[in-house]
Amino acid sequence: MGIIEAILLTVITAATPLVLASLGELVSERAGVLNLGVEGMMVMGAVLAFAVTQATGSPYIGVLAGIACGALFSLLFGFLTLTLVANQVATGLALTILGLGISGQIGEPYVGMSGIKLQPIAIPLLSDIPFFGPLFFKQDIIFYLSIALVFGVNWFLFRSRAGLKVRAIGDSHASAHALGIHVIRTRYLAVMFGGACAGLAGAQLSLVYTPQWVENMSAGRGWIALALVVFASWRPWRLLAGGYLFGAVSISQLHAQALGIGIPSQFLSALPYIATVVVLILISHNRRMTLINTPASLGKPFVPDR
Amino acid sequence: MRIELEKRANPSTLYSVLSPFLALGLTVIAGGIMFALIGKDPVSALYSFFIEPLLDIWSLHEIAIKAAPLILIGAGLSICYRSNNWNIGAEGQFIMGAIAGAIVPVVFHDWHSPLVLPLMLVFGMIGGALYAAIPAFLKAHMNTNEILTSLMLVYIAQLFLDWLVRGPWRSPDAYNFPVTRDFAPEAILPELIASGRANLGFAFAIIAAVGLWLMMRYTLKGFEITVLGQSERAGRFAGFSSKRMIWFSMLLSGGLAGLAGISEVSGTIGKLQPIISPGYGFTAIIVAFLGRLNPLGIIAAGLFLALTYVGGEAVQLTLSVSDKVTRVFQGLLLFFVLSCDTLIQYKIRLVFSRLGQSSEGGAH
Repeated sequence: MGIIEAILLTVITAATPLVLASLGELVSERAGVLNLGVEGMMVMGAVLAFAVTQATGSPYIGVLAGIACGALFSLLFGFLTLTLVANQVATGLALTILGLGISGQIGEPYVGMSGIKLQPIAIPLLSDIPFFGPLFFKQDIIFYLSIALVFGVNWFLFRSRAGLKVRAIGDSHASAHALGIHVIRTRYLAVMFGGACAGLAGAQLSLVYTPQWVENMSAGRGWIALALVVFASWRPWRLLAGGYLFGAVSISQLHAQALGIGIPSQFLSALPYIATVVVLILISHNRRMTLINTPASLGKPFVPDR
Repeated sequence: MRIELEKRANPSTLYSVLSPFLALGLTVIAGGIMFALIGKDPVSALYSFFIEPLLDIWSLHEIAIKAAPLILIGAGLSICYRSNNWNIGAEGQFIMGAIAGAIVPVVFHDWHSPLVLPLMLVFGMIGGALYAAIPAFLKAHMNTNEILTSLMLVYIAQLFLDWLVRGPWRSPDAYNFPVTRDFAPEAILPELIASGRANLGFAFAIIAAVGLWLMMRYTLKGFEITVLGQSERAGRFAGFSSKRMIWFSMLLSGGLAGLAGISEVSGTIGKLQPIISPGYGFTAIIVAFLGRLNPLGIIAAGLFLALTYVGGEAVQLTLSVSDKVTRVFQGLLLFFVLSCDTLIQYKIRLVFSRLGQSSEGGAH
């Protein structure tokens, strides 16, 4: 395996959780719900995936546990913001704070324990293609899922009737409600999809990226995922590109450190965060473009009248 | 069964007073369940979490020490949130304030003068305000979402502090420990009452909170904040500028977070080290909401959340429960506060079924 291949492999591993978490948030925001709790749902998914893998010995059951945990945890957010119409920004923050706390407590016995890595699955024939084979066809199940989900979500949002309804709710919940679309129910489902994706992203962290449990191991990736949705202007394909771009930025610090470049490691570690800010500026300084792309009822509370 | 909300004609005064207490009660109950789940006697655990720290002087000082940054930051954030500016990077502004203030005792450690401490405090405020100026500028002039930028800057500030104390500012006589030199005695924030432990930071917090309360209640600025927060359009018609409000609220909250930062390192830690805050900047968000975004309420809320820090340490010692329970408590508390606040604007009804309609939990 060449050095370029090895580097690209690490980029893919770093990008996958970002793509997954932001894809879930994209669907939720397309339905008009701004969930700032991605970081919390992700870290909950990570700890539960790790714990269940330790208990059952099977990382696949761990992955399922991560997904289920993310979805269940997001219900808490859904109940507050959709049923009780609490402020979405504050509730999202609460979800993150709570997720970091609970995961720390659940994960305490697992600190320092060596984990079980989710093994790659080689797809016959395709994995024998030189260069591309090992990169794209000899990966773990979560990578395949992430790519399939980008395809799936893109199809769902822009080619299916249900997706049209989701976008309608995101753009004007009052009109959608008047047309007889179940606003709250659809939003619940969108929020849970976001939670499931964030949980899966968390499972990737504790089963693939670094197969162990470290407190706060999401390390701001949930927030970067939120920025990625803005970066992608709520479109799945751009999100895939953005996720890989950010994966490359965040992994470049490790390679730069390995090469012994004379820059303090802290500055390199800050790169993904600085890149996020820069990208946000570039994307959003054009006010008109932002207004066109942002779901019009994003973050606004909805109480059905009757 | 489903839950239906009915908008009240006027916000309920009863619930706007009651809701924080309701939330506290629910948090305590949920906390008891949590202790039971991890196999501890809930009553004695809750006792040592919430009551015991109130019974001895040392713990009371400790609560005042921890409440000071929470109130300072929370009061500033309440102005931000009231005006609809979502600064969630107070943790970063706290750190930058601490760093800016520490320039005096670390870089100019040979300079001894009674001016050292006041200068540190001013530098701290400027440092925090300048760091908050970044998301303020980006929001006001580049249309960039302040939630994400202010949060990203937290990580950058943490890494910057880490680099400083391991690199250029590391003390020459600390045996390679990542700390700066100890602050000279004149760079230490004095104690509030002689022979106590709580320092002047607590006084700053009370002064700031009362000052902001007076501002909100009796000045045009306070009115401007409320109007712009509730409706930017209405504010524009009244001649208020939302851009100027972004700058005002962000610089104010950043400056207060910076003051909290330098007060903490100068009064409590006495030097810089890689980690100077147990998440005060984030906990202050909870404080702001628990205090119902009212600076006086924030004093009470800050004291209560300080109690959760001290109580968390207490149960860690007495019951060998992990200190993570503090974070869980704080997260739960914010959840309950936000849910109970619904009662102020809405009546909640449980609907079991309705003629001609299935009882599915959707919108009708």
